[in-house]
Amino acid sequence: MAYDYEKSIRPGKLPHIWCPGCGHGIVMKGLIRAMDTCGLDRKNTAIVSGIGCASRLPGYLDACTLHTAHGRAAAFATGVKMAKPEMTVICCGGDGDGTAIGGNHFIHACRRNIDMTYVLMNNFIYGMTGGQFSPCTPTGAKASTTPYGNPDPIFDISKLAIGAGATFVARTTAAHPREIDKLIVQGIQHKGMSIIEVLDDCPTTYGRRNKFRSVVDMMKHLKANAVPIKAAAKMTAEQLQGKFLTGVLFHDTEKPEYCAQYAEVIKKAQGA
Amino acid sequence: MAKKVALLQGNQACAAGAVYAGCKFFGGYPITPSTEVAEELSISLPKVGGKFIQMEDEIGAMASVIGASLTGMKSLTATSGPGVSLKQELIGYACIAEVPCVIINVMRGGPSTGMPTGPGQSDVMQAMWGTHGDHAAIALVPSSVQEIFSETVRAFNLAEKYRMPVQVLFDEIVGHMRERIVFPEPGELEVIDREAPTDGPDTYKPYDSTKGQIPPLASFGSGYKFHVTGLNKADDGFPTTKASLVDAEERRQVDKVMDNVADIESNEEYLTEDAEVVIWAFGSTARSARYAVNELRKEGIKAGLFRPITLWPFPTKRTAELAVQCKAIVVAEMNLGQMIHEVERAAKGNCVVAGEFRVDGEPINPAQIMKKVKEVL
Amino acid sequence: MAERYELRFSGAGGQGLITAGIILAEAASIIEGRSAVQSQSYGPEARGGASKSEVIISDQPIDYPKATIVDACLAMTQEAADKYANGIKEGGLLLLDADFVQRAPQGNFKVYRLPIMRMAKEDIGREIVANVVALGAMIGLTGVVTKEAGEQAVLRKVPEAFKELNKKAYNMGYEKGKELIN
Repeated sequence: MAYDYEKSIRPGKLPHIWCPGCGHGIVMKGLIRAMDTCGLDRKNTAIVSGIGCASRLPGYLDACTLHTAHGRAAAFATGVKMAKPEMTVICCGGDGDGTAIGGNHFIHACRRNIDMTYVLMNNFIYGMTGGQFSPCTPTGAKASTTPYGNPDPIFDISKLAIGAGATFVARTTAAHPREIDKLIVQGIQHKGMSIIEVLDDCPTTYGRRNKFRSVVDMMKHLKANAVPIKAAAKMTAEQLQGKFLTGVLFHDTEKPEYCAQYAEVIKKAQGA
Repeated sequence: MAKKVALLQGNQACAAGAVYAGCKFFGGYPITPSTEVAEELSISLPKVGGKFIQMEDEIGAMASVIGASLTGMKSLTATSGPGVSLKQELIGYACIAEVPCVIINVMRGGPSTGMPTGPGQSDVMQAMWGTHGDHAAIALVPSSVQEIFSETVRAFNLAEKYRMPVQVLFDEIVGHMRERIVFPEPGELEVIDREAPTDGPDTYKPYDSTKGQIPPLASFGSGYKFHVTGLNKADDGFPTTKASLVDAEERRQVDKVMDNVADIESNEEYLTEDAEVVIWAFGSTARSARYAVNELRKEGIKAGLFRPITLWPFPTKRTAELAVQCKAIVVAEMNLGQMIHEVERAAKGNCVVAGEFRVDGEPINPAQIMKKVKEVL
Repeated sequence: MAERYELRFSGAGGQGLITAGIILAEAASIIEGRSAVQSQSYGPEARGGASKSEVIISDQPIDYPKATIVDACLAMTQEAADKYANGIKEGGLLLLDADFVQRAPQGNFKVYRLPIMRMAKEDIGREIVANVVALGAMIGLTGVVTKEAGEQAVLRKVPEAFKELNKKAYNMGYEKGKELIN
């Protein structure tokens, strides 16, 4: 029997704005399955995003949804979670939104280890504004603002999240749909800041400028270069050149969660 | 029983007023000269089960405040001019998404870093026009420690009642000076809480204008699922570009303030009944002006003081009436002439409008104002 | 007492003169139930530099919160004396630390000297209470609040363990201040 996505989607809000071949829909379906698996009560689930194609995702889902300003998802979400720790908080958005304009909020949410799950769709480009390079556009790649090839080095989002203090960090790709919900489930169940980086495709503004002839080409590229972290352990640095590690990259259950820490502050203030 | 009294800084009184109003969330970022507001609330909020968070930057602080308010908590941030500049993006968000919150701006000089420990009143136009796009604004300008307490309470009331951000601006002088404050008893000052929706979760629309100019806002986590966005939206909260809907929404969000000016306005007048010259001043400058009025009266000059406590919406009506009655209005403000443009607009040429300005980090003193009054008469 | 009495305490940042001003304002407004406003100005330094604290005391509500013409001024350092010992009323008074201020500002006011830092260090045994010695001296000199109100305000402000020390400092300052005008 086909999976019933309809019950999680707001009536009348589809079709979505995403282009044919865009991976965001695959991620959204993964998120819906993950929320179901975790048995989340959507009345007590806040889904928070910034600005960009990926940030339109919350509008389609039947929950408490908050489409904020560019880059600010993690900071709005921090306010929601601090105010109502009993709510499940999920952030979603793209690479430019989360790591360029929102980079400061992103790293500090990681540092605090506040209990939320951030699904970051990294399609290597600013899609909504027409394909300008992001902090994740590969060096040398073409974007509408790098006509001679991108001179910038990139952010490795997962490494950034680990370095900043997130306690559950995982990566997969839009070409691995089953792994998407598996990792999001683990992220939601983890008490602390969880980052799920999903490498994604933007055929319209990235693919066509960078010699991907079709969406299938882009998906094949994601699939061919994804190396599960266990397999990577047996590979040489040379073999890993140009590949990206997938799976659970980091998991720490020791570091205290932020809202729990603040609950202790309240106890101290109240003289308990 | 005698009421509790204390010698408090303006900034401390602001924090105490917030707690009195039922504020349960503060998100901030350290900045002189407002930091004592945050320091006080870091002590007092957890005592009442509230939350205090120091965010990574000013924008994040504003974001956290809006996020917390959407769960139903009365929320506050405090900053100074440079911080308000950074917050403008999300002040606009709170305007369009209609999320109640209070922003304290303890004003220093500027632009940019300016003079962090010196007073200023140069953010008053920013309070109205700082964020892009059309919107209404409410800004309050208390001038004493006691009034900072009560106006902070009123700011929360107006924010919750009109479902929008409300700014309280006071200059560094009032923020840092210490005066005796008599703490109001619970119930003594009006405290307005957010109106709960009458519709159940299945039919609720967060921007349903059939409910009036200010549709009730449900809280996240209270059984209601709804969408909030910074895009122009229809009554159900979802984005729209339909001209008629956008137009109606934009107008409603301005009209909800401008149709209720009488409720929001608050002014104080001193010896204006027979005044030939009215000094128009707010914040600490109004205190200099009052001193000047007394001195001028001793010299036989019929001077009076008009002190707006609500600066935005602008007290157009009363300012216009005074312009008809008197020979001159002297606008004294610690900037190079901002509110004077509004006073001139309201005065419509019916009297002389002159300005006494100062931006060197020193307060406008009574002697300066007296000199200006004598010049214009 | 005059309708409005203005005092200025100045010295080096970290000497506790802002606290001295706050204590005086509390003595007047909380203990004596009159009006008082305390304000201060300071530079970016947490320690060092010159700082000033002003207190206006009146039996009427106070409008302008800053000094207009100072009735009584204290300067604990030369830098503070140079920078802040101005705008003193004709016939007003200026108290200087006898050891740290060599050049007194010129003007039509009475200048008094007390070795405030030395008194704190040698007679009381703690330099840190120099601000309380100075406060006592200013109250003794001006009579702006009663001796008792000043003492009560000091004791409200300090932790139990330091009450005796501060009481001693305050009273010594007060007596020496009073002696100057007798």
